[in-house]
Formats: sequence, C-alpha cells, structure tokens
Amino acid sequence: MRDFLKKPAVQTVIASLVCVVVGMLIGYIVLLIINPSGAGKAILAVLKNFMNYNRTNLKIRNLGNTIVKTAPLLMCALSVLFSYKVGLFNIGASGQYCAGACISLYAALKWNLGWFPCLILAILAGAVLGSIVGCLKSYYNVNEVISGIMLNWIMLYGTNAILTTVKEPTTPYTYHLTDKAPQAILPTLGLGKLFAGNKYIGIAVPLSILAAVLVKIILDKTKFGYELKATGFNRNAAKYCGMAEKRNIILSLVISGALAGCGAALLYLAGYEEWQCSLASVPAMGFNGIAATFLGGLNPIGTIFASFFIQHITTGGSHVDLSMYCSQISELISSLIIYLCGFVLFIKFTLNKVLDRQNGKNGGKN
Amino acid sequence: MNVPYAVEMLNITKKFPGIIANDNISLQLKHGEIHALLGENGAGKSTLMSVLFGLYQPEEGEIRKDGKPVKINDPNDANALGIGMVHQHFKLVECFTVLDNIIMGVEPVKHGILQKEEARKKIKKLSDKYGLAVDPDAKIEDITVGMQQRTEILKMLYRENEILIFDEPTAVLTPQEIDELMQIMKNLVKEGKSILFISHKLNEIMAVADRCTVLRKGKYIGTVETKNTSIEELSSMMVGRNVSFHVEKKTQTPGETVLEVRNVTVGSKSHHGDSVKNVSFNVRRGEIVCIAGIDGNGQTELVYGITGLEPLKEGTLTLCGKDITKASIRERNIIGMSHIPEDRHKHGLVLDYTLEDNLILERYFTEEFTDKAGFLKRDNIRKYAERLIDQYDIRSGQGPVTTARSMSGGNQQKAIIGREMDKQPELLVAVQPTRGIDVGAIEYIHKQLVQERDKGKAVLLVSLELDEVMDVPDRILVMYEGEIVGEFDPKKTTQEELGLYMAGAKRMEVKV
Ligand SMILES: Nc1ncnc2c1ncn2[C@@H]1O[C@H](COP(=O)(O)OP(=O)(O)OP(=O)(O)O)[C@@H](O)[C@H]1O
Ligand SMILES: [Mg+2]
Repeated sequence: MRDFLKKPAVQTVIASLVCVVVGMLIGYIVLLIINPSGAGKAILAVLKNFMNYNRTNLKIRNLGNTIVKTAPLLMCALSVLFSYKVGLFNIGASGQYCAGACISLYAALKWNLGWFPCLILAILAGAVLGSIVGCLKSYYNVNEVISGIMLNWIMLYGTNAILTTVKEPTTPYTYHLTDKAPQAILPTLGLGKLFAGNKYIGIAVPLSILAAVLVKIILDKTKFGYELKATGFNRNAAKYCGMAEKRNIILSLVISGALAGCGAALLYLAGYEEWQCSLASVPAMGFNGIAATFLGGLNPIGTIFASFFIQHITTGGSHVDLSMYCSQISELISSLIIYLCGFVLFIKFTLNKVLDRQNGKNGGKN
Repeated sequence: MNVPYAVEMLNITKKFPGIIANDNISLQLKHGEIHALLGENGAGKSTLMSVLFGLYQPEEGEIRKDGKPVKINDPNDANALGIGMVHQHFKLVECFTVLDNIIMGVEPVKHGILQKEEARKKIKKLSDKYGLAVDPDAKIEDITVGMQQRTEILKMLYRENEILIFDEPTAVLTPQEIDELMQIMKNLVKEGKSILFISHKLNEIMAVADRCTVLRKGKYIGTVETKNTSIEELSSMMVGRNVSFHVEKKTQTPGETVLEVRNVTVGSKSHHGDSVKNVSFNVRRGEIVCIAGIDGNGQTELVYGITGLEPLKEGTLTLCGKDITKASIRERNIIGMSHIPEDRHKHGLVLDYTLEDNLILERYFTEEFTDKAGFLKRDNIRKYAERLIDQYDIRSGQGPVTTARSMSGGNQQKAIIGREMDKQPELLVAVQPTRGIDVGAIEYIHKQLVQERDKGKAVLLVSLELDEVMDVPDRILVMYEGEIVGEFDPKKTTQEELGLYMAGAKRMEVKV
C-alpha cells in the first residue's frame, strides 16, 4: 500500500482529487452562508453541468458544448505548462489568447480567409507575443510575469478596438461566422453526430489532444525537451554545459504563445462564440489554464482531463438557480474550486510528509 | 548525571529506495567529548545525523538522551532536547543579517515587540566566550563562508543546544579557518557541550576528536579512541584496504602548449576593481599546473574566464592553437576543454535530473545520444551511464535512475568527475576536485589526474588544499589578490615558503 502511495503518478491523482473535493466543500460553505436553503441544490447543479438537462439528447449535446470549450482551455493549459517546464510562468497566456482571437476573427471577417490561414495567423500572433516576453526576459531580465500582465491589457484593448470594425452594429459582439464567413468555420469532420448533432464540435478537439501528446513527446523524448527542462531546473548548470540558455527561453515562450493563440482560434473559428468588444478584462481562459496545468499534475496528458473538469465546473456554474443567488455566484463557486486546484503540489508535499511520519511510527513493528 | 552518555543511537536502521543507508548502526556520545564520524562517500553519515536531528524517521532503532528513550519527530523536537546541527550545505537566509538569522524562530519579544538589543547582547556574549567573530549586522550574502559557518554555530549556541552536530564543516573552509574552527570546538567541549563531527580529513579527526566511529556502506565497523590509533589504521578501517597518501608519478618533459592565457583581466561582481589582473601563463601537454592560493584571491573568476562562464575584460585565450577568447562554452567544450566546477550544486549538476541525465549533460547533443530527428537515444544513454557508474564507482540507491539530489555529496562529485574525464579532453580544468571526497576516492581521483597527464593531456588544477598542492602538480602558480605572484617546482619548495607567497608577504616576477 505504502509503495503504491509513493508512486508520483498515484500521488498526483490523489492530490488532484483532494483539491477538487476541498474546493467543492468550501464552495458549499460559501453557498450555505449566503442562502442555506439552496446550497445543496446549487452545488449539485454546478457538478452536474450537462446532466442538468432532462433529455438524453440535450445532455449529450451540452456535453458537446463543454468539450468545445475544453479544447481552447487545454491549449492554454499546455501553453502555461510548456513555459513552466523552463522555469517561467506564462501568465501572458491570456494576452496571447486575445491576440489569437483578434487576428483569426479579423482575417475571417475582413479578409474572408479560409479556416486554415486564419488558424495559422492566430498561431503566429501568439508566437510573436510570446517572443516579446521571451526577448525582454533573456536580454533585459524583465520578469515574465510583469511583462506578461502588461501585454495582457494591451492585447485586450487592442483586440476590442480592432474587432469593433467587424462587429454587429447593434450589439457588442462580432459578426456570426456562419452568416458572414462560413469559409472560416473549422471542419467538423462529422464529429457532431457523436454528440447528438452538436454543430460546433469538430477538428478542434482532436487537434488539441494531439497538441497535448506532442508537448508530452517533445518534453520527454527529445533533445530540445531535455534542454528546456535542464534550463528550468538549474539555469546555471544549463549555462555551464553550454546550452543556449537565451535561445531556449525565447523559444519556449514562442511555443507557449503559439499554443495559446491557437487555442483562441480553435474556439472562435468553431463559431460557438463571438468576441464581445466591450470586455473589460481578459478572457478567463488563460488563467483557468494555469489551474488546469497544476490540477493536471504538470503532465500534458493529465492536463487533458484537468481541462475538461475545469471547463465542466465553469459551464456548470451557469446552472445555479439565480432566484436564490446573485448572478455572480456561478463564477464565484467555479473559481473557488479552480483556485483550490492550484494546491496540487502542496497536497502532494503534505502527503509525502505524512507517509514518512507514519513510516517512522510503526516502523519498529513491520 | 549518572549516565555516561549524552546521546545514544541504538541499532538504527534507515532505508531509502534501493538502499539501506543505515543498517543497524549504534553510536554513543559521551558528555563533553568530540566524537568523529568517518566513512566513505555514501556510507550513511549524513543520514545518521539527520535521523538524530529529526529530519528522517528510522525504520528501526532507539534514540536515548541522558539514558532516557526519546522520540524525535522533527527538528523542533531535536531542538527541545538541546540537539543542534550545522548542515553540509548551510541553511541560512541570504538576504537577512547575521543577527536575524541567529534569532529566527526564537525572537525575544516583550509585549509583542521585538527586543533586538537583548538578542544582540546575548550574541555578543556568546561570540566573545567561544571566539566566534561575526558582524551581527552584515548580510549573509556578503560574508565569507567561514563567517557563515560561525553564524550557524552561534545559532545553535543561542538556542542553548548542548549536543552539536557538524556535518563536514571543514570541506568549505580555508586552512586558517579550519584551525580556528578546531579551536572553537575545543572551547565548546570545555564548556560542557558534546560534539558529533563528520570529516573526510583524517588529520583533523586525529587533532580534535576523542573517539571515532567508522561506517562502511551503511554498516557499523567500529569505534576507536583516537589516541590509540593512526591515520593509516583509520583509513583502512573505513575503506577496507590500505590507502596511499602519496601520489606516484614519473618525471616527464611537457610537450607543446595546450592552453595559453595572455594578459587576462576579469572584472568583479562583488566589489570595485578587478578580480583577476593581467594574468599570463601556459599549460602544456603532459603537465599538471596548479593554481594555489587562499580562497577569494581571484581563482574562481580566473576559471570562469577560462571556461567561458564570465567574459574577459581584457586579454586573450588560446586552446590547442585556436583563439577562444570569445568562443562560447559549447565551442570550448568541443575543442577539448573539460571543467570540474567549484560548486557542484550551482553549476555541476541538475539536481532534479536522474544520474544518467546528468552524466550526458555535455554530450546529449552528439550522434551517440540524439538521432537525426532530435529524439534522445535512451538505450545508449542507459548503457553509457552504466559504464561510467561502474568505472568511477558512483554509488547510489537506484543506479542510473537515481535523482541526483538524493545522492550523497561525495558521489555527486564522483559523477561529475567521471563525466568530465570521460570526455577525453585536451585540457582538464579541475577546481577543488577532491572537496568532500573520502580518502579512498581522493587517491583514485589523483591517480586519474596523473593518468590524464601521462596520456599527454594538460591539466589545470585549482586547489586550496596544501597537501594536494604539494603532491599532485608538476608546477605551482600562486595567486594573490588577482595576480600570479610566484611559480614553484613542488619538489623544490616547502609549504612554509608557499604560505608566505599566498599571504602576500613575498612575491617574484613570473615570466611565461
Ligand atoms: N533523501 C534520500 N533519498 C534517497 N536516497 C538517499 C537520500 N539521502 C541519502 N540517500 C542515499 O543514502 C546513502 C547514504 O547517503 P549519506 O548522504 O548519508 O552519505 P554520507 O556518508 O553523508 O556521504 P558523503 O560523505 O558523500 O556526504 C547514499 O547512497 C544516498 O544515495
Ligand atoms: Mg554527507
């Protein structure tokens, strides 16, 4: 049993589950404080998400919707994870995500480009943004968190301004792709059939999973991954053995940016959502990506499941009964749970300590 | 106090994955004695002391304090029992002052207000009493290693600890500082403290310890009174064979120049002025040149300049006929430079990588380990690691897949040495290669250095250890305040003469 508990993979799973449960408990307590009579129902509504619908068809279609939004979240999580392995914290994923959304929608609606060039442009935009942070970091030693946050704001307002030129005259939203630029809609590959005719589900899902697998392979199996991780663990040693440390920092942020930018295109080019040009804060995707990275135990494959869970909770939040709670409650509850997801490493650490302690106590007997 | 022993550790067993670090070990520390703990790298010394200090829980065994069984769950318990420890790698907060570090966790407060003056007085009294000179207001990052260590000792004394554990305290000290530490330790036992002392330097053990317990590969070998034993006996007890302390080497005439250092100046990070001033010398095929000097006279910066870790301010470097003044570290490596770094944790290892990944740190990009598509050839890496582990006797719990962090200090060093020597370099730059290494392994490493020389390679050795300086090289260059102030033939000089030059009392004109 102890040996089993000592395995890192097992520990990650346990720690992730503990975080989720504690997060829900705290969420429940908050609900109890606000309005005790509806708390149980509300937390269940969050957890049930698509299961809240009573017809099987609707359930499956809404599961599809959650999955549609999981793909971009997964890309953002991979973005955070990739730079984290080099010891950098890519809080700029949100800004890179904005850049991706901006260029892909603009290219689709203004230039009438097809989905593929739009996707590539989004990837490039994210990459350029990542490279700015990377260059600032490696040539001027500007902290990547600071420059990332600054760029987030710049990108948010930049995107709002640019996309205003392609928005509906009467609403703050950009034009529907289905009406104005059907050529830019991502191929669905007929995947919708699996989800009771959900028309938004498509190539984004396999692409994002492929990205996770690729990230895993690059990090674990290649020379490049070996260099990146060495730089992340010990920058001095990386320098000592002649790794091009500056180049690696920039490159990893470029790749991070590309992943986040691509994520945005995977959502907006699916036609599921339009950009709201009056947004006053960056989309939560980038930040939720941070939580998904840690909940997934810093493992690209774990991140797939973590992203799904976090999206599940986020979407589930909209099912809370608003006659009992104010409208912000859904976001409060899901962000509480997401916040707790960041504690995976801490729980792992504690678990190890407890195991060691026990070992000492009954050590004499066995 | 009718029990003779201050601390008894009885039949302690502590296992780690793949290894029994302590196998049924017993150790008894008398009141007021200095008890040395001796053993090869990885014998389990640090582990045993960590058990006493509450950092690890043993699977079996009992600890008694003044005859009474006690349970030590964590360092706080140890502290409550009056047990303090100075770790192999210090645990001080770099950006805090000496005073803050000492009182951290036991700050004197009155009505919730910190009473720093009171603490300062107490520290002053302690440091006068035991001869522990420190500047209470200096920041840790600005003071010498010796003063950091005195801070650690004051930390224990401030907490009124009676049992003091020193894990390899002398490995990082200069000879002068070592003498001072020995005196401090003697003062401490005079005041009734008891000391456990780990060292690989047998002469230190003979000089201060009353008794010495020897471990080998996790097992207890024996405890002897130092007055009834000799260095030879101790070393054969710990290694299991006789160790030769003298390096055998044939005389040979050096060949062509491999490394040419011309008018090299390196700037300083910590103070104004330059750390290395206009230094010139050559290292030729088939010779070992040693840079000797007291720590902090520019040796570190000179090596940084030569290996490419720091840019040169002025001067040129030539390696095997190629100008490498501006070459990158990778280029220098490929031309044929190997570097055993001074600080193994800072530069030498990626502690969170496995041993095998550390062993390929400078060759992972070669055809042997990476294929054309950029994938690592794991099979080859494993084979290569196994060969080095075998050849250089690198001991660890799980072989190639052990994380470097969990290896004993000396075995980490052996891994670096194996990696650097196996590159078949033209020039080997070895900075204190035997720091923290047991006598058996020192003998081995010295032999390896001589073997490189005999093969016609050039070796640049930087050492603080006078015995090593006298014994290993063919030529000695003494550095003082960033300059080379003397050149000697080890056969024709004495430690005393070198000492005068190292202290700056004498200097001569050195021509290349
Ligand atoms: N935390 C750990 N996890 C796993 N193995 C460990 C750990 N700490 C020590 N070991 C292993 O236990 C053995 C004993 O290590 P220890 O550090 O006690 O040696 P040591 O006698 O202090 O050696 P040195 O003189 O090199 O410092 C080593 O083989 C080491 O690899
Ligand atoms: Mg040790």
